[in-house]
Amino acid sequence: MRHSVILRTAARLLVPLMLLFSVFLLLRGHNETGGGFIGGLVAGISFALYAIAYGTAASRAALRTTPQQLMAVGLGIAVVSALLPLLGGGALLEGLWVQWQGIKLGSPVLFDVGVYLLVIGVTLVVIYELEEHNPRLFPDVSLG
Amino acid sequence: MGLLFVVFSGFLLALVAPWLTPHTGRAAGWLYGLLPAAITGVLASFLGRIAAGGTMQQSYTWVPGLDVNLSFYLDGLSLLFALLISGIGTLIFVYAGAYLRGHHHLGRFFSYLSMFMAAMLGLVLADNLITFYIFFELTSFASFVLIGFNHDEAPSRRAAWQALLVTKAGGLALLVGFVLMQQATGTFQISALLESGDLLREHRFYLPIVLLLLAGAFTKSAQFPFYFWLPNAMEAPTPVSAYLHSATMVKAGIYVLARFHPVLAGTDLWMWTVGGIGAATMLLSAWLALQYTDMKAILAYTTIMALGLLTMLLGLGTEVAVEAAMVFVLVHAFYKAALFMAAGAIDHEVHVRDVTKLRGLWQRMPLTGAAAGLAAVSMAGLPPFFGFVGKELVYKAATAFAPAPAVVTGASVLANVALVAAAGLLLLRPFRGSVNEITEAAHRPAPGLWFGPVVLAVGSVGLGLAPWLLDHAVLGPSAGAVLGATVEPHLALWHGLTLELGLSALTVAGGVAAYLSWTALHTSAPFQQLERWLGTGLDHGYDHVVDGLLAMGRWQTRLLQNGVLRRYLSTVLVATIGLVAGAFYHYGFFGGPIAVGEVTAYEWILSLLAVGGAVGTLFFRERISLITSLGVSGFSIALLFLTFGAPDLAKTQFLIETLTVILVVLILTGVSQVEGSLTPTQKVANGAVAVGTGAVVSGLVLAVLKLPFENPMGEYYAQKTYVEGQGRNIVNTILVDFRALDTLGEITVLLAAGFGIYALLRLGTAPDPNAENDPAPEDASPQSEPIESSAPEQTPQQVS
Repeated sequence: MRHSVILRTAARLLVPLMLLFSVFLLLRGHNETGGGFIGGLVAGISFALYAIAYGTAASRAALRTTPQQLMAVGLGIAVVSALLPLLGGGALLEGLWVQWQGIKLGSPVLFDVGVYLLVIGVTLVVIYELEEHNPRLFPDVSLG
Repeated sequence: MGLLFVVFSGFLLALVAPWLTPHTGRAAGWLYGLLPAAITGVLASFLGRIAAGGTMQQSYTWVPGLDVNLSFYLDGLSLLFALLISGIGTLIFVYAGAYLRGHHHLGRFFSYLSMFMAAMLGLVLADNLITFYIFFELTSFASFVLIGFNHDEAPSRRAAWQALLVTKAGGLALLVGFVLMQQATGTFQISALLESGDLLREHRFYLPIVLLLLAGAFTKSAQFPFYFWLPNAMEAPTPVSAYLHSATMVKAGIYVLARFHPVLAGTDLWMWTVGGIGAATMLLSAWLALQYTDMKAILAYTTIMALGLLTMLLGLGTEVAVEAAMVFVLVHAFYKAALFMAAGAIDHEVHVRDVTKLRGLWQRMPLTGAAAGLAAVSMAGLPPFFGFVGKELVYKAATAFAPAPAVVTGASVLANVALVAAAGLLLLRPFRGSVNEITEAAHRPAPGLWFGPVVLAVGSVGLGLAPWLLDHAVLGPSAGAVLGATVEPHLALWHGLTLELGLSALTVAGGVAAYLSWTALHTSAPFQQLERWLGTGLDHGYDHVVDGLLAMGRWQTRLLQNGVLRRYLSTVLVATIGLVAGAFYHYGFFGGPIAVGEVTAYEWILSLLAVGGAVGTLFFRERISLITSLGVSGFSIALLFLTFGAPDLAKTQFLIETLTVILVVLILTGVSQVEGSLTPTQKVANGAVAVGTGAVVSGLVLAVLKLPFENPMGEYYAQKTYVEGQGRNIVNTILVDFRALDTLGEITVLLAAGFGIYALLRLGTAPDPNAENDPAPEDASPQSEPIESSAPEQTPQQVS
C-alpha cells in the first residue's frame, strides 16, 4: 500500500469531491436524504483516505485544526443552537426559521452543522490516534 | 421580594467575595457582616405579621410539569431558624474577618461561608420538597469545602470527606422519603402537605417515609450512631465550627424533624424512635465530652448532647416539650456560639486548646473571659441565665411525659450533670489562676474576636431576665407551627418552689461533684473503655464501612472490567440470549412462518452475499481476508436496506462499514496473532454463543413481524414534518428537530467517547489490566494480550 501511485492520484481527485459532497449532504439533509451525521462521516472518511494515501501527518496538516477542537466546536455550536430559542422566550431546541428570498435558514440547520463538525472530529481522532499508535500501515512521508 | 433577597443575596456575595476581598483590607469581616445584618433586619420586620398568625409565601415556577417550584414559605418555625442563621451569621462574619485576618484565601473563605448562609436560609424557607432537598445538599457541600478549608492537611481532608459521605447518604435517604411523601399526598408543596397529616399517618408508605426522613435528620444532626463525623469536623477553622457545626447546619436535621412534626409525629413509632435515639445520643455524648481535653472536642460533644436533647424533645411531642425544644434551640445557639468563638480566640492567641495546659487567661483576655464566663454559666443552666429558663422547661417536659416520666427525667438530669461539669472545664481551667509559660504569650484579642461572644453573652443574660419577651413574638408562632395548633406559652425565670427547681439544684450539685472528681473520672477504666467504643470506635467503624465499599468496588470492577474484549462481548451476548429467551419462555413463542412476497433475484444475491461473508470469517486465516469478508457482509446488508426503501439508513450503514473496515485494519494490525490460542472447549463455547445469538435475534424478528403493524408515530411525523419541522426528510427532521434533545445527548456521549479513546491511546503505556489478577486460562497465551498493552511505545506525534 505504501507509495501507491494509483491511490495517491485517485485520492487527490477524490478528496475534494468527497468534501464537497459532504457539505452537499449536510445542507440538503433537511429535505432529501443526508444530514449532519452522514455528511460528517463522508468528510471524516475523505480525510482518512488522504491519510491512507499520504500519511497521517499530511492529513493532519490538511485539516488545519485538531480533531479535538472540531469536536469541541461542534458540540458548542449544537448547544448554542439549542439555547438560542430561549432568548426569544421559546423552549429549548425549538426550531427558529427565517426566510430570505426563498432560502430558509433555521436553528436546526445550525444544530446539524454542529453534529457535522463533531462527527468529523470523533472519526478522525480515533483514526489518527490509532494510526500513530501503530505507524506501520500508512506511508510516513508526506508529499512535502 | 423580601424572601428572595433573604435567600439569594448570600449567593451573590459568594460570587463577588473572592474578587472583592483583596480590596477590603482589615475591614472584610465588618463589611461582609452588613449583609447578614440586613437580612436579619428584613426578617425581623416580618415578626409582627407572623406573630399575628400570618404566613408568607412566594413562588416561582421552575419545572411546573413535575410540580417542582422555587417556592418559599415563612411561618413561625422558619422565621425562628432564619433569624438564628442570619443573626449568628452577622457575628460569625465579623469574627471570621478577625480570626483569619491576612489568610491568603480569605476571599474564598467568605465566599464559602456566604454560600452556606444562603443555602441554609433557603433550606428553612423552602416550601417545595425538591427545593428543600437541593438547599439541604448545598449545606452539606458548603460544609465539605469549609471543613476541608485547610486542604493541605490530611486530617482536614479526611474529616471533610467523612462529613460529606455521612450527610450525603442521609440526604439521599431524605430525597427518597420526599418522593414517597409526594406519592402519598400528591404534592411537593410543604405548606399543602402540612394539612395532610392524617392521610400520611394512615398511608402504607408511612413507615418507610418516617425511617427515610429520620435517616436524613439523624445523619445531619449527628445522632447516635452517626455522630462521629461532628467531632472530626472540628478540623475546620473555628468560625466554621461555631457557625455550621454548632449553631446552624447541624440543626437542619432538627428542622426536618420539627417541620414534618405536624404530619409525621403522634404515633408510637415516632415517639419511641425519635425520643429513644435522642435520649441515647444526649446521655452518651454528654459523658463522652468529659473524656476530652481539647476545648473544641468538648464543645463538639456537648453540641451532640444538645442535638440529642432537641431530638428527644421533638420525639416526646407534647406541647411543653415542643416549647422546650424551641427555647433550647435559642439557648444553645447563644451559649455555644459564644463559647466556640471564645475557644477560637484562645487558640488564635496561644495556639493551644488543651484545657489541662491553659491557665490564667483571665488576666490577658478579660473581655473574652467575661463573655465565655457568662456563656458557660448559661450552659450550666444557673439562674438568672437563659440556660436556666431552658433547662426548667426541659425538666417540666420530662416530668410531664406520661408514658415514662422517670426514664426521661433521669436521662435529662444525668446528661445535664455532665454538661455542668463540661462548663466548668471550659471556663475554670483556662481562665482561673495565674498565667503559665503557654498563656504568657496571649495578647488582648482584636475587637472582632470578642465582639460576637460579648453580644451573645449579654443576650443570654437579657433573655434570662426577661424571657417573656419571646412568648408572643417567637415562641408562640414557632411552637405552634411544630404542633400544628395555636399555643400561648408563658416563659418566666421564677416558677416558685417546684419539682423542676429541685432537679436543677440536684443537677448543679452533681455537676460540681463531677467537675471536682474530673481527673479521676476521665482516667477511670470504664470511661476510657466507653470512649474507645463509642468515640474513636465509631470513627473506626466508619473506616471499615468505607474500606468495605472500596473492596466491593474493586471486586466488581475486576469481575466486569477485566480488560479482555472477548469476555465483554460474551457477557453482552449471553445476557441478550438469556433475556430474550427468558421473555419467549415467559410469554410463549408467538413467531412463526411469515408470508414472503416475491423475492427478486438481486435480493437473493444480496442475502447470499451477506450470509456468505459472515460464514467466510470462520474459514479465512489471513487478517485482510477476514476483514474483507466482514466487509462483504456489511455492504450487502447496506444494499438490502436500499432495496427496502431506507436510503438514509443505507447511506449511514455504507459509511459506517467503510469506517469499520479502516478501524479494524488499524486495530488488528496492532494486535498479534490470536490463532491457536483457543482450546477446543473455548471454540465450542464461542460457537454456542454465536449460534444462540443468531437464533434469538431471528426469533425476535419473526415474532415482531407477527405483531399487527400500527404506525401512529409514522403518521404523525409524516404529517408534521413539513408543517412544524420545515423539512421534507422525515428522518432528518426527527434527528435535528422533533427529537433534537436525544441527538444532543448522543453527540455529547460521542464527544466523551472520542476524548476517552484519545486519552486511552495517548496514555499508551497503561498497565496491563490482567497484570495483578490471576490470568484466566484463555489469557495464558502471551499472544492474546489486550490491545493497549501490545501496542508499541508511545509514538511522538508528528504534526506539522
